[in-house]
Amino acid sequence: MLTKVITYLNRRGDLVWELVLEHLWLVIVSISIAVVISVILGVFISYYSGPAAIVLTICQVLMTIPSMAMLAFMVPFFGIGFTTGVMALILYSLLPIVRNTYTGIKEISPAIVESAVGMGMTEWHVLTKIKIPLARPVIMAGIRTATVMIVGIGAIAAYVGAGGLGELIFQGISRSNEPMIIVGALGVSIIALAFDFILSWGERRLMAASKTGEATK
Amino acid sequence: MIKLEAVTKIFPGSKIPAVKDLSLEVKEGDICVLVGPSGCGKTTTMKMINRIHEPTSGSIFINGEDALKMNPIKLRLDIGYVIQEIGLFPHQTIEANVATVPNEKKWPKAKTKQKVDEMLTLVGLDPKVYSKRYPSALSGGQRQRVGVARAMVSDPPIMLMDEPFGAVDPITRARLQNEFLRIQERISKTIVFVTHDIDEAIKMGDTIAVMREGELVQHATPNDLLSTPADEFVANLVGRNRSIKRLHLIRIREILKEVDRAKPAVMDMPIKDIEKRIDESDIRSVIIVDRDNKLKGVIGINDLKRKAGEVAADYMQSLDQSVTSDATLNDALSVMLECGEGFVAVVNEDDQYQGTITLGDLLNVVKEEG
Repeated sequence: MLTKVITYLNRRGDLVWELVLEHLWLVIVSISIAVVISVILGVFISYYSGPAAIVLTICQVLMTIPSMAMLAFMVPFFGIGFTTGVMALILYSLLPIVRNTYTGIKEISPAIVESAVGMGMTEWHVLTKIKIPLARPVIMAGIRTATVMIVGIGAIAAYVGAGGLGELIFQGISRSNEPMIIVGALGVSIIALAFDFILSWGERRLMAASKTGEATK
Repeated sequence: MIKLEAVTKIFPGSKIPAVKDLSLEVKEGDICVLVGPSGCGKTTTMKMINRIHEPTSGSIFINGEDALKMNPIKLRLDIGYVIQEIGLFPHQTIEANVATVPNEKKWPKAKTKQKVDEMLTLVGLDPKVYSKRYPSALSGGQRQRVGVARAMVSDPPIMLMDEPFGAVDPITRARLQNEFLRIQERISKTIVFVTHDIDEAIKMGDTIAVMREGELVQHATPNDLLSTPADEFVANLVGRNRSIKRLHLIRIREILKEVDRAKPAVMDMPIKDIEKRIDESDIRSVIIVDRDNKLKGVIGINDLKRKAGEVAADYMQSLDQSVTSDATLNDALSVMLECGEGFVAVVNEDDQYQGTITLGDLLNVVKEEG
């Protein structure tokens, strides 16, 4: 089996590499858009406790929808292709990032926020200089969870023609070509592990840089 | 300077006002201490001055200007603010923490840097050592110092302090209080200071405002509060042992001149002379200093029997505790009780010997005042 896989890689290496890049592109585009939307949403709901419950529930519900169903549901709106894949992946990454942004901000000691406000910092400065930097490790953890998750879901996005390593898996299944399936699946796993490794390294660097050890007590 | 007129605060969802029809005036350069049991509205009152809480009714004037009509950001930038938990920003260096208000005011970098260093030095933290550290690397007392430096850096005429020395041990607290009073003598800020500790109130306050259940019960000088409490509540708060509490009001330097005690001896004084000094001394001990008058130690009558030698240095015991002359008599009493001695050596800021006071001196003060 191993030799078959190696032979396949030798023969179709170019195609595999192209699909890896496609997969990376799909994940990076989705997560970048998701980060912007989710952080804004998370910050917004940290100010309004009413909408917070609603937004978090909606995100939670979105996550429980099976990926096949979600993709199929999107096709009528966005057609077949890359956009549909990106749309689905964005929806899936919302919850971890929104939730972590929200809790990250909510968990900051009220004394820190109050002294910032009391000294005369504008609301914008309190957010950008105090709240977001302090919540950043938690937000980063959310981004990592979301990224690793959508690398996996991204494989299924090939089903609606979004490209990526999922194509190898789906084609492999329909042609009963086992090496193809294995290469696709291994590729997805390696990408997920790589993202996990790089992002957790980044998190640790941020932690070290911001020294958010013990809040003032 | 600060004037509250019939201020009432009712928090949303609550029927009982947190602060009820409170009027209070704080004169320029005075420390007004708000004191009372928890939930009496003292912190709420303080936080209405910089509009962390907006009053439900009433008005607040700062230098004759209606604070409630001012831009809250502008108002707060000119009011130093220290809260109980200090609220240092854990992701910023000490330097950046102290520079918060200058940065909001967009001061030039060089001016900010100079002023930050100056403030850190003032509160006893060497900028060269501490500027680049993070709050987590500081002790509780050092954080409180940074909190005070941060509040004073832009030289605001008014400061609001909510139990700023609350979270440290009693000895550190006494030291921070004395340091702060020394600084205040120079800078003369108008300060509203919140505490639940009546001893701290008596020590820090030019005036004390006693609050209960959102109402002002009595606003008076510490002396008047101790001699003529307005009602039983105030009397209970200041306690039965009011004459002892007066020890908080008197600084050591005020009585040091009156107590005439044997001169200190130097390290190389022959032991014969030391013996003579000890016999003459009412504390049966003699204080030893070096050539620069720095406190070195003490020789008690028992040390003479226990050891042998020619000069004072051979018999000397080190002194673990001393007090500065701007500490209160109560601080001196604490040190005596802690060391189990009937006397304590008084030094100045450079550890130079100023004199000695004894338990007897304190008793005399209590007797006279009471």
